[in-house]
Amino acid sequence: MQVNEIEKKEYTPLIVAFCCNWCSYAGADLAGSSRLNYPANVKIIRVPCSCRVNPLFILRAFQRGADGVIMCGCHPGDCHYSTGNYYARRRMTLLFSMLDYLGIERARTRVEWVSAAEGAKFAAVMNEFAETINRLGENRKLRDLRCEK
Amino acid sequence: MREIKELLVQKINELLDNGTVDRVAGWKAGEFCYDAAPAVFTKENIDELLYNGFCGANQSKFLVNAATTENRILALLKPCDTYSYNQLVKEHRVDPSRVYALGIPCTGMVDVNKIKALGITGITGIEEDGENLKIATIYGDASCKKCDVLLERCMVCKGKNHVAGDEMLIPDEEAPETPSCADRMAEVARLEAMTEEERFNFWREQLSKCIRCNACRNACPACTCRTCVFDNAKSGLAAKVNNTDFEENMFHIIRAFHVAGRCTDCGECSRVCPQNIPLHLLNRKFIKDINEFYGEFQAGADTTTKGPLTSFTKEDCEPSIVMERGE
Amino acid sequence: MQKIGVFVCWCGSNIAATVDVAAVVEALKKQPGVVYATDYQYMCSASGQNLIKDAIKEYGLTGVVVCSCSPRMHEATFRKTVQAAGLNPYMLEIANIREQCSWIHKDIKEGTEKAIILGAAAIAKVQLNAPLYSQTSPVVKRALVIGGGIAGIQTALDIADAGFEVDIVEKKPTIGGKMSQLDKTFPTLDCAACILTPKMVDAGAHEKINLYTYCEVEKVEGFVGNFSVTIKQKPRYIDATKCTGCGACVEKCPSKKTPNEFNMGLDNRTAIYIPFAQAVPKLAVIDKDACIHFKNGKCGLCVRTCEAGAINYDQTEEFITREYGAIVVATGFNQIKPTNFDEYLYNQSKDVVTSLEFERIMNAAGPTKGHLVRPSNGKQPKNIVFVQCVGSRGTSCRDKSYCSKICCMYTAKHAMLVKDHHPEIDVTVFYIDVRTPGKNFDEFYRRAVEQYGVHYIKGMVGKVEEADGTLKVQASDLLDNRQILMDADMVVLAAAIEPDPTARSIATMLTASMDTNDFFTEAHAKLRPVESPTAGIFLSGVCQGPKDIPETVAQASAAAAKVIGLLAKDHLLCNACVAHSDETLCNGCSQCANVCAYGAITYEDRLVMDKGVRETRRVAVVNEAICQGCGACTVTCPSGAMDLRGFANNQIMAEVDAICK
Repeated sequence: MQVNEIEKKEYTPLIVAFCCNWCSYAGADLAGSSRLNYPANVKIIRVPCSCRVNPLFILRAFQRGADGVIMCGCHPGDCHYSTGNYYARRRMTLLFSMLDYLGIERARTRVEWVSAAEGAKFAAVMNEFAETINRLGENRKLRDLRCEK
Repeated sequence: MREIKELLVQKINELLDNGTVDRVAGWKAGEFCYDAAPAVFTKENIDELLYNGFCGANQSKFLVNAATTENRILALLKPCDTYSYNQLVKEHRVDPSRVYALGIPCTGMVDVNKIKALGITGITGIEEDGENLKIATIYGDASCKKCDVLLERCMVCKGKNHVAGDEMLIPDEEAPETPSCADRMAEVARLEAMTEEERFNFWREQLSKCIRCNACRNACPACTCRTCVFDNAKSGLAAKVNNTDFEENMFHIIRAFHVAGRCTDCGECSRVCPQNIPLHLLNRKFIKDINEFYGEFQAGADTTTKGPLTSFTKEDCEPSIVMERGE
Repeated sequence: MQKIGVFVCWCGSNIAATVDVAAVVEALKKQPGVVYATDYQYMCSASGQNLIKDAIKEYGLTGVVVCSCSPRMHEATFRKTVQAAGLNPYMLEIANIREQCSWIHKDIKEGTEKAIILGAAAIAKVQLNAPLYSQTSPVVKRALVIGGGIAGIQTALDIADAGFEVDIVEKKPTIGGKMSQLDKTFPTLDCAACILTPKMVDAGAHEKINLYTYCEVEKVEGFVGNFSVTIKQKPRYIDATKCTGCGACVEKCPSKKTPNEFNMGLDNRTAIYIPFAQAVPKLAVIDKDACIHFKNGKCGLCVRTCEAGAINYDQTEEFITREYGAIVVATGFNQIKPTNFDEYLYNQSKDVVTSLEFERIMNAAGPTKGHLVRPSNGKQPKNIVFVQCVGSRGTSCRDKSYCSKICCMYTAKHAMLVKDHHPEIDVTVFYIDVRTPGKNFDEFYRRAVEQYGVHYIKGMVGKVEEADGTLKVQASDLLDNRQILMDADMVVLAAAIEPDPTARSIATMLTASMDTNDFFTEAHAKLRPVESPTAGIFLSGVCQGPKDIPETVAQASAAAAKVIGLLAKDHLLCNACVAHSDETLCNGCSQCANVCAYGAITYEDRLVMDKGVRETRRVAVVNEAICQGCGACTVTCPSGAMDLRGFANNQIMAEVDAICK
């Protein structure tokens, strides 16, 4: 198979998932070892903790063409670093509210708490999120917030 | 205003003469009388100091670089400036032992663009006359209602009380009342009430005007990074030219996020924007959300309380609250 | 530019069945920086690892990407592999193409496409990897235990038995803590002194244990393995090296009107005193506030009495600074004084006592020599009412929100002891719930009810009044839905317990976190219950949350085990993926320190060269021995001065870019 053969032919939405190493990434691994399917267009980026997720990364993903961004972390109270996800929760709440205020579809952003034992939840969340993004279609707004020349 | 100015000059001379300070951070007239710009004075040029209805500029930011010498510098702080001052002290950006903060009264600063919008041009002078302003122009005298031409920040004044200061020019309780004639969150609420599409169009129109002159960043008392993350080659964000059309939007969203919980709502960003982008509406959105989600918070009210983004409670709302909010 | 080698694993058919590994190799070969790419059936096998090692040497690789199973599975394996071939172990990245690709995508085209993108993201990241080195820090092989109650004693004994030096700092003149004040212990009813005092003696006599009694922690500096602690020795006005604890001075002391703390103020002690007969160390101490000599310079009876010449009125505070590798917090608890619970008449009536006061009344060494009598008239009571949950499990501002946990059991114990000595006394217990989750606990409680005939009534006491020399108790019986008005000669309040008031300042010194009730927070509620989130700080006993003696001892030994594990090491290998601050960018705003759960960030004035200017700046400094690498600080830092090694801003953004290409 050649590279040019596997170029995108038709539009499939792209979803970037930031997962904390200790809970959600492990939850994704469990979904995998349980063979629970979710769409291939969900791409996971591993971070040590949800509190490592900088709003810059999320905006960068949208800027470069992501159609949905989801952040997953340990359940509040279960953070490996004890308090990281509490900070992440405030940051993401405010950031997502701001994106909504700017007229970006609020359904394109999401936070989910997924534990290392919740492989099934991880797959279900990704399936559901992918479906939502499919319905919304391509993310033009964030790329087009400035007028076309 | 004139009496206040006289009192002020007297006090400044006293502080310069008795050696409390050797410089004064104040306002200086620019090319036009309404171009009052922050400047540092010494005994030699102190008579150039200006204090009138155009002295909206927030002095506190300039102390970051000016208050670094052994000798103290005199900072003239209007009530709202003291919030920014506190925030800078809290973040160790201004060393209060190198500043003599003099609280000065303020009865509201005017926005020259609003005066011009009334058709008054060629302005040469301005004087308060009760609720009205007497404006001298090259075409003769004109007048307008003060509350019609106030700066956005003064429309929603935080009040006449200073929250910091080594000394008050006149006690806060004796200071003239400040005008406050608008609901601070009204415009944010209006935008929130719009449809997603309308909001998107509003911001597309506004942010498209940005020329990335960085005036907002330079004036903002919360933007005191030594090198902005957008100028730092190592950050992966700095670019000589825009990669995509999204670049300015990213800048403004991130800038608002970086000052969230630290922004005192001083409104300098919007005041200095040459493109008249209502940037303060981004900051106010964060303020409104913070107040609603985590309880009322006023940045700069003191120098010790942890900000809302560097603290949390276990019972904080979930991010899904954004989804659950009605259209 | 790195020279990157890409190694795609088949994992037998686990990956190869749904990912075209050959196509992945071909595609990734074309990525910038890739000089070698290959695939193999089992990359984690010895021959697979040799393949990687050989390629590193042959192609002079500077970075390695392994496309295989989850990094949680084999990241450590492959780090060792690349290290064995001379590369820095952190020049490796894993693309997870099994758990997050081949196992969940049935379509080979889909799986292959995704595997290529995941591989490309790992390549983009490794391009920006830099060698990381774990710092090591030496471990001082001595532990400090703050608090000399049963928790601190047990922890110290266990650590000392393992061969390490331990110092106990106790603010009172003797170790022993709350347990020394107890009469009997539930559910076995063995006497507290009989089981505690031998341990106190052991601690006092142990060659590896050093007692700092009548001392307080003044200052803590340093970090795990290297704490420096300043201890304040309060003046006893007694030369500890000379005092024999004979007690002759106590006999002679004319100032006899000071409420005796050990007996909860139910009797008085002298100005010079020994806290109790079994005190360790058994040394006298002068209460300066009560001593006549310190008031008017006269008296001096104790000086004349002491044959050892141990009295020294000129003693002053002393400060001792010592180094420790680990610190155990065992600051314990106090019972609240129910002074603002006016309905129980605690302030007005001597016959209303707290359970700890009752404990002293029942104790043979207590103020009544163990005779159960009413404090008001010294006569034996005919009926006693116990009130549970006083100040616990409440919602008002005078209440604690939590359950104090021990009250149900000690109340059952008190009731049983009363009935045991005096079957004729009528005993009633008012409760909200009776909580007996512990080994032999429920059996114990049932014995009180069934065997001893203690009346348990579900309901709270609303009011206690004093009339005709007796107490009138108004209460409601919730099960029978009736109001009760009964006489009682004594009312015993099971008042809530709360952390010792010194705990908060100790937590601040240790940068150890606390909850809103001032209990110390554990590093993980389930998995690390005896450690503080701050490395090197361990928790023992009630300072972490209410618990009874067996639980306290268990936790004390657990904390000791953790300390022993730490002190057994000569050096600590620090996490290599830690935060670091670029001092040319840092503006010293302190936001990062505010969110650091570990207290790893401090500020220093440093001479910084930036843009050709040399100036002194306040900048953040990360202590790599403490940083756990969560990254909370990096997002708080607006300038990007604070970054995380191994998960740097530009690395994560490179991954984002590669995925979104």
